[in-house]
Parts: sequence; C-alpha cells; structure tokens
Amino acid sequence: MRSKVTLARLVRNPQARYGLLALVLLLALAYLGPFFGPYDWTEKDFMAFLSPPSADHWWGTTQIGQDVYAITLRGMQKSIVIGFLVALVSTGLAALVGAAAGYFGGWADKALMWGADLLLVLPSFLIIAIISPRLKGGSWLWFVLLLALFSWMITSRVVRSMTLSLREREFVLAARYMGIPAWKIILRHIVPNLSSLLIIDATINVSGAIIGEAALSFFGFGIQPPDVSLGTLIAAGSDKVTGYPWLFLFPAGLLVLLVLSVNLIGDGLRDALDPGSNK
Amino acid sequence: MNEPTTGRDAPILEVNDLNVTFRGGIKAVRGVSYRLDRGEVLGIVGESGSGKSVTSLAVMGLLPEGTEISGSVKLHGKELIGAREEELTRLRGKSVSMIFQDPLSAFTPVYTIGDQIAEAVRIHQKVGKDQAAKRAVELLDLVGIPRPDLRAKAFPHEFSGGMRQRAMIAMAVANDPDVLICDEPTTALDVTIQAQVLEVLKTAQRETGAGIVMITHDLGVVAGLADRVLVMYAGRPVETGAVDEIYYRPRQPYTMGLLASIPRMDRPTERLIPIEGNPPSPAALPPGCPFAPRCPLKVEACDDVEPELERIGPGGRMSACIRSHEIDLKGLDGATVYPVPEAPADPGERTPRAERETVLKADDLVRHYPLMKGAVFKRQVGTVYAVDGISFDIAQGETLALVGESGCGKTTTLQQIMQLQAPEGGTVVVLGKDSAKLGKAERKALRRDLQIVFQDPMAALDPRMPVGDILAEPLRAHGYKDAKAIRTRIDELLTLVGLAPEHAERYPQHFSGGQRQRIGIARALALEPKLIVLDEPVSALDVSIQAGVINLLEDLKVRLGLSYLFVAHDLSVVRHLADRVAVMYLGKIAEIGAVDEVYGAPAHPYTRALLSAIPLPDPELERSRTRILLEGDLPSPADPPSGCRFRTRCPKRALLDEAEARKCAEVEPTVVRLAPAGDHGAACHYPENTEAVAAPGV
Repeated sequence: MRSKVTLARLVRNPQARYGLLALVLLLALAYLGPFFGPYDWTEKDFMAFLSPPSADHWWGTTQIGQDVYAITLRGMQKSIVIGFLVALVSTGLAALVGAAAGYFGGWADKALMWGADLLLVLPSFLIIAIISPRLKGGSWLWFVLLLALFSWMITSRVVRSMTLSLREREFVLAARYMGIPAWKIILRHIVPNLSSLLIIDATINVSGAIIGEAALSFFGFGIQPPDVSLGTLIAAGSDKVTGYPWLFLFPAGLLVLLVLSVNLIGDGLRDALDPGSNK
Repeated sequence: MNEPTTGRDAPILEVNDLNVTFRGGIKAVRGVSYRLDRGEVLGIVGESGSGKSVTSLAVMGLLPEGTEISGSVKLHGKELIGAREEELTRLRGKSVSMIFQDPLSAFTPVYTIGDQIAEAVRIHQKVGKDQAAKRAVELLDLVGIPRPDLRAKAFPHEFSGGMRQRAMIAMAVANDPDVLICDEPTTALDVTIQAQVLEVLKTAQRETGAGIVMITHDLGVVAGLADRVLVMYAGRPVETGAVDEIYYRPRQPYTMGLLASIPRMDRPTERLIPIEGNPPSPAALPPGCPFAPRCPLKVEACDDVEPELERIGPGGRMSACIRSHEIDLKGLDGATVYPVPEAPADPGERTPRAERETVLKADDLVRHYPLMKGAVFKRQVGTVYAVDGISFDIAQGETLALVGESGCGKTTTLQQIMQLQAPEGGTVVVLGKDSAKLGKAERKALRRDLQIVFQDPMAALDPRMPVGDILAEPLRAHGYKDAKAIRTRIDELLTLVGLAPEHAERYPQHFSGGQRQRIGIARALALEPKLIVLDEPVSALDVSIQAGVINLLEDLKVRLGLSYLFVAHDLSVVRHLADRVAVMYLGKIAEIGAVDEVYGAPAHPYTRALLSAIPLPDPELERSRTRILLEGDLPSPADPPSGCRFRTRCPKRALLDEAEARKCAEVEPTVVRLAPAGDHGAACHYPENTEAVAAPGV
C-alpha cells in the first residue's frame, strides 16, 4: 500500500515531475543522442582542430579533432552510471550499517562503528591510487565499489545516532512485540523514517561521485583514456575555458543539468515519502 | 508606583473581546472577555486546541511577532495590548506572573534555583544580593520545600518534578504579583504531588492576595480551586459563571457533555457518555455554532449564525447557545441530552474467577537495573530496584489495573511481560507457558495472543506508513499471505473500532488523537489475541474523546472475551474499566484486590492517600472532603527505605508507638489477604479497616 500511495504522491508533485522529465530527456540524450550525431566518439577529424560549434561539428571539436558532441555524450553515459551506482551503493551501505549498529547496539555497534572510523582515518585517495593500477584491465565496476567504499561513513554515523532515538519509539516497540524479525524492522520502520536524510545524501552522493571520479581521473586513476567521462572532459576543458569555451561549457552544463534533475527528483521523493508535507 | 485610581471593586485584570490571529489566518482566539477580581480564582477550561493557552500568552504579550492581536487587556485599568515591550517587561513577573506546565524547561539548567529566584527578585526590586538570596530562601520555605537554605543552592535537575513546580511558584510570587496565570500547572505531575502543589498554590494566593487564572483541562482541579469558570470551545468562550452554577446547572450543550463524559470515581457503574466527533480545526470552522456538528440539541437555526455569549442569569452567568433558556426551563443535563451508547449484552452469569483459565501470572517478578558510572571503565555504583518481587494473576475475561505514580515500576513490569524472555527473578506465565522456557518459534506463536496498546497514539504508529500497512503488519508477520484476505481483515478491523474502511489509505497524522488510538487498538486486535496490555491508553486524550475510547475498550472486552492488563495513573478511569486493581509503590505491590473492595475500603495508607488526592469534578464534594496529604516525594528506587518502603511518607506512622514504628522500619510487609472471603490484600503491618475516605458515597 505504501509504495502505491508514495508513487501517486510523487507523480502529483510538480517539482518531481519536472525532475523526472529532465532526467528522462538527459538519459535519452546520452544513450540515443550518439545515433543522430554525424561522428562517432572514437573518430578524429584531422581537418578541424579546436573548431567552434558549426553545422558539421555541432558542439565543436577538441585539439585532436574529436567531435565534442560525441565524446560528451559518451562521457555522460559513463558518468551517469558511475554517479548513480556509487550513490546507491554508498547510501545503501550507510543506511544498513548505521541502522544495524544503532538498532542492535552492544558489540555489533562497536564493531561496525570501529570499521567506519577506520575507513574514515584511512587516506582514501592514496588507497584508491594504490589499488587502481592493479585493477587495470578489470571492470570499471571495481572503481565504482572503491568510490562507494570511501564515502558512506559519515552518513552512517548520522544514521546510527538517529536510529538510537528511533529504536526507543513506541512503533518500533510495537513491531518488536508483534514478533517482527529485526532486519524487517530495520528495513520497514527505521530506514523509511530516515528517508529525508538518505535521499538528500543520495542526491549529494550522485554529484559527489561524478566530481570525485573526475578528480581521480585527472590524476590518472579511474576512467582512463581513451575512454572518457564528464569528469575527464571537464578537467581537460577547464584550462581552455577562456579561449575555447565549448570544450568546457558543454560537459559542465550537462553535469549541472544532471545533478539538478536528480536533486529535483530527490526533493519530490522526500515529500512523497513524508506524510507531513501537503504537496 | 502610582496606580490609576480605581474603585474598590474594580477588576485587576479585564480582558475584552480579545482576538488572536496567527500568521496564515488561523484564528486561535475569537472574542474572549473576562474579568478577574482581587483574590479570585478564575478557571479557564477547554480541550486541547480550544485557545485557552493562547489567551493567556496574549495577556502576557508573549505571542510571537506577526501575530495579530485585537481587543483590550487592562491591568488595573491600564491597556496592555499595543504597549511597548519595555513596559510589558516591567510588568511581567512583577504584576503578572505565569506558571508553566513543564517546570523543567522553565528553569535554566546551569544556575542554582536560589540564584534564579533571587534574580527574579532583583529585577523588579531594588535590593542587595544578600537580601535577594535571603528572600529566595524565604520563598522556598513558603512553598514548603524542606531545608530551603540548603535546597536553594541546588540545581534544577536535582529537584524532582513536584519540587520544581513549587520552586516555579516561589519564583512567580517573588514580587507579590496581582495576577498569577497558571497554565496546566499540575498536568505533568502525579496525583499525590498534584495535591501538594495545589495546596501550595492556595497558600501562595492567601499570602499575596493575587487573582489566579487557572488554565486546565482537568475539571476536577477547577472544581476544587476556582470561584468562577470560563469554558472555551474552538477559540471562543461558550459558557461562564460561578463554579457551582457551571457544574450543577450547565446551560450550554458542550459544557453539559464535558461534565457527563468524565469518568467519576464516585459513580463507577454508569456508562460514560462521549461527545461524538472531534473539535473543529481552527482553519476550517463550520458555519454557525462551531459545536453544532457534535451537538445533540442541534436545530436548523444553529447553522445560521454563531451564537454570542448572552446573559442567562445573575452574577455574570452567560452562555453561548440559542437554546440555553430552553435548557434552563426544562432543566436538562448532559446525561439526559446525550445519547447513552448502548452497552453490549453481558454474557450473563460468568463462571467464578477460580474456575476460569489464568491468562497471565507473574510470580515474584524482579527487575533491577545496574547503576553505572564512568565513561571508559564502567563500574557498578548501585542498583535501581525498578521491580522488586511482585506477584499477580489475570483470569480470562478480566481486567487487572496496575496503578501507581511515575517511577513505581509499572512500565518496567509491563516490558518484562511483553518481552517474553526469562525475567531476572521470578516467573512470568502467559497462557500457561513459562516465558523462560520458550523456544523461538513458540515465543513468536505466543505473541499472537499477547498484544499491546501504547500510551501516545502518535508515537505508537509509524508516521511513514499508511494505516492499511500498519494494520497489515501483524497479519503478514503471522502468516496471512493472501492480499485479499488481508484487505478484508483490515476493513473488518477498522469497522470494529468505529472507523471507515476507506481510512486505510491515509497516514496516521491525518487522524485526531482519539482516532489514532482506535487505530492502535485495531492493530492490537488484528490477530484476535487473548490478552491485551494497555499502557495508559487514554491518558493522552481529551476528556470528551477519552470517554469514547473507554467505551470501545469495554465493548471489545465483552464481545471478544478479551483480558486486559491495564496500566494507568488515572484512578477514575481504572475504577471504570477494571475488575481488579493492584496499587504499586516503589517496585512493590502495596494493595491488590477487587476494584470495589479496594476503592470502597482501602487498607493501605498509600492507597488511601492516593484516592483522597484525586480531584473530583464536583465543587461541593471538593470543598467538604478532607485530603490526606503525603509529604515529600517518591524516594529514589536506587535507595529504597528499609522495611516498609512507604514508611518515610506514611501518614499513619505518627499514630504508632515506638515498638510498632520499629517494625515498619525493620520488617518488610508482604501482601496479606485481609479477609478470608474477599478478594483483597494489602502489604501493611497495620492495615486500615475503616470505611472509605475518598468521598462520601464511594
């Protein structure tokens, strides 16, 4: 019943509707757009280096003659996948670990939070830098896992402390006295009551992961050439922004649109899940 | 200070046509007028949301900015509405003082009580530090705090709730105010403490000669204290007059219903009369009389225009109802006007208690909490004797009430039972099964038959779940698989508790308190349990709503053959609902037995004090009855007195000789059956066997 009611409320929310529409359009652009462009993202046009947007190259070309339209869309595909997966894994991990630690307390709490603290003090950048060369040739999914592994700890600490107060609430007691198993209580009563926090965290994580991936790629980890992501494109284009703005503006603009639409959906979802809002 | 010259009988506080509109156009108070004379107590009565607190905040000028206030508030003939902030600050605490409901948040935790009272003195009077401190000690002595010179140096958290409220009163009267506004001053306190605080309030009034505005929802408190009463509904005064007039001859249907809906300790057998429906939201008032949708005397003209407060008798007797005169002429009262809900047919002669199945048996139940100290290396520094060996049993179809003040171990007992784990000491046997010997699957199966209804209907329902899911949860957990069967059962349950099936898709917060409690009850009933534990199920509800829920619980018990374990602090509700009652004091049972016997002839001095502390909604009785006032507070359960736990507060000890008193201090009394035939036992060495003291006719 809850999912039905939530969905109805989500669709009724104008903010969420625009966000969803924008996201669908962006996804369509990323995955269908390349079929309409005149160039493939691997092609290089040696007749046009750094040429501004024109009828031939819609969004211009790079210094080695790549079509900006084609590579930006290719990069966006990667970024979308990385951003969403990292956000999903990291927020999910934060919610589960934090809620479990807070709900069970005692040794489980100590062990889980000790693990979280340990990950917090480890220099994540260094570890990723050390591990990523070994993953060369492996799937980029490893990269997603690494990014997620180092971004859930602070949220999970917040989730834990909120769970501590939720645990004492009477509806949780009621569920316990009903004979509902602990993991079901966590998933059904605790996590939904933290959804405002988690949704905001997830939307921030989407943008955080896209930007974090860009930073790592800049230093040569993560997405490696010839493959591209929005991050690598922005990094490459940022120093030429005054002379050749199209190198920077198109990927950066798409990143902003992407994060914005995700945020809109997040806000809408939060309102839909929260019976307190009357939208 | 030179006050404007006023006549001898001029009111000290006069409120005229006061209107308060909050941002967003919500009209919280609409046209309140009253006057308060010197030394008079005015009771303002109403349910939550009726605007009674907002009225007093408006008088004090304490409403947030952006609130529209119109009308006039005159203190000694001086207009306060629109006065400058500095001027109001000078008056607050000097001429008008306020006592709040929650005494903990009314004190700053980082200063001592003495300093805070001294500060209140120094703000308005030009006195030295030493003198102010001295005055603070005097004031604490006035409100009956033992060893005031020492206690003045204590911090707020070192005071108990009752002591804090007394200190609050001391602070309020520090500057001899002319008007004392008390906003639910005893709602957060236990009955015996409430009786003490009300006594202090009377003393304070005698000392200062102030007029008191007493805001409360408790009609018993008002009956004993007030001279005049103002009843509010939906932001408007609906009836006003002398206290006896209002209680004995109410002329407005709402007042009549309110008085009829209170469970009375002295009239236990009558069925309660609820007022149907809920108070209107101030954002969506009905046209005409706001009470019309709930009123049994409604006629068509009621919807036309909102009735004004009109004079219906001498002495400022006013009522806002177009049929007041008719009610007066016919001499109607609440019991005749309101439809008495029909009680379900009693299944006739029941088998005697001894032959019925025992659904719950607690034997020498013990729960101690270790008191830990230290952050890194924890060590035990003491033990809290929360529950210290209590025994009781519940037969099928019976209601046992567990009563006592906060901190006596009621809730711990209940948790021990609900957990279905092996208790620390003693045994809990639910439906013939010992909780210590249960396997995992057995425990889950037993949970079907043992359900709970919580006190706070908002906290007990997951705010993120639609009602349908809330009710489906126990069903799904216990083997209902088919979605259609679940849906049918949900509809059944909602109808059973008096709600509509289409309510299943709404969230808990779309319901009023009483409706939410009904959802909580429906959830407890979902699996057709045999025993339901009720944890203060009506204490968070307004009186008019409370009656409906109590009736529902009574009906369900008869119809479904349920047994209840009922935990409460409201002894009038207990009298109404319970068959047997166990009075707890500091983790022990003080007295246990059939309701009529315990209330009729209380044997333990604590029970007697408890019963006599309850305010009755009957001004004449309140004036004539003598109270047994207990001294002091509940001792800490970490350090209970030796021997009889009640001996430190026992009013009976003064009457005992030395040898007898020594027995109290050395030997711990156990529950002893008083008469071989009756169902009545008390844990006292010198039980009482005289007639009841609570009220004539009990």
